[in-house]
Amino acid sequence: MIQEDIMTGKLAALSRPAPDGVIERILIRTGLADEYTLIEGPIGSAYVAWSDRGITAFVPAAAVGPRSAFEARHARKATYVLAPPPRLARHLDRAVATGRLGRLPIDLSSLSDFQREVLRKCAEIPPGEIRPYGWIAREIGNPGAVRAVGTALGRNPVPVLIPCHRVVRTDGRIGSYAYGSSMKRDLLEHEGLDSAAIEATARRGVRLVGSDTTGIFCFPTCRNAKRITDAHRAEFRSEEEAMAGGYRACKVCRPAA
Amino acid sequence: MIATLNSLPSRLAADRDRAFPDLVHALQDGVYSGALQFTRNGHDAQDVTQETFIRAYRALGSYDPERISDLNLRPWIWTIALNLCRNRARSASRRPEAALAEDRAEAGPGPEAQAIADAEVNEWRVRLSTLSGPQRTAVVLHHVVGLPYSEIAASTGRTESTTRSDVRRGLARLRTLIEEENR
Repeated sequence: MIQEDIMTGKLAALSRPAPDGVIERILIRTGLADEYTLIEGPIGSAYVAWSDRGITAFVPAAAVGPRSAFEARHARKATYVLAPPPRLARHLDRAVATGRLGRLPIDLSSLSDFQREVLRKCAEIPPGEIRPYGWIAREIGNPGAVRAVGTALGRNPVPVLIPCHRVVRTDGRIGSYAYGSSMKRDLLEHEGLDSAAIEATARRGVRLVGSDTTGIFCFPTCRNAKRITDAHRAEFRSEEEAMAGGYRACKVCRPAA
Repeated sequence: MIATLNSLPSRLAADRDRAFPDLVHALQDGVYSGALQFTRNGHDAQDVTQETFIRAYRALGSYDPERISDLNLRPWIWTIALNLCRNRARSASRRPEAALAEDRAEAGPGPEAQAIADAEVNEWRVRLSTLSGPQRTAVVLHHVVGLPYSEIAASTGRTESTTRSDVRRGLARLRTLIEEENR
């Protein structure tokens, strides 16, 4: 006759610790932990982290240093892997190559509604074009919130991918950047913009340009503005001045309310 | 661990994302150990463990804080886990070859000792599979995982006294089985 306590002892000995990595996978799939890798960005390599909801961080490697430093500064637990999952990798490559988000999912779930709105609006700015902070404030229906827009962009968790480098000061100066204004200039130059020329134009007091053939005014870097020939180009200090001259606002870059 | 479990419902209610990793830490070994007996192999048990906590996390997102504070976490987790084990057993019975292939492919995390230990797990899995469903569930949850009768009853929806007799009858059956093996 087998004693019951021997049998129950054997049953108790069947308990096993969950294998390594189970908790990591649970936390990744619930969006509580991230994976990350190192990719080649438009101007140098960058750490990219993601959850199952999308990209959570994009950090120029030059700004942080080794992997351990990235893991330490990242808000959540991050596990290094060689590459993103295939679908994410495809959209990420395309976003880096084109300067547009396309269908790349971005996980902004840890941000406030206001920050999300600002960043979504920012992501609409096409590569090679810039908009002032005030433009975002007005477009999201909060024209007084220019400073808050600047703060929200400064905390952009995915710079470069969400192109906060394309947002500049209302006076036309390039303005500050989380990773230094020289990186902001480099990113704009990479997209074909001449940052020195932009600032020179701004110094002359020019904020908007118009075409005397169409009677439409734009931000100077709007794709429609770039087509205006010198002979037909009009320059304005403000939307009031442009409107007083009989011009209307471009429907693509929407330089006025 | 008990202290962690006691404070967890209120911490989950206050900040789900911060407290959730502690829930996984506290209960993952128990869920995995039980799932090893309720599924075909370590691979399935690992899947069930992951899926259990992912579902739990999503469920917590749809509960209001009051409901979370009142949760009896271990039985709640086991209700989810048992359901997943049952679903898996159902679909496994439809494709038995795949199960065998997975068994062979299953990479033991290292030394020979682990392989012997897993042989033990496999041996008992075969014995336990001859029990009725409720008896097997009750025996594994009580004696392998270490759940009290009240929590098993809460997980399975049976009464505590039924659970007690499930365990008693299950053990009696196992004893007969082992005596037959030794004859």
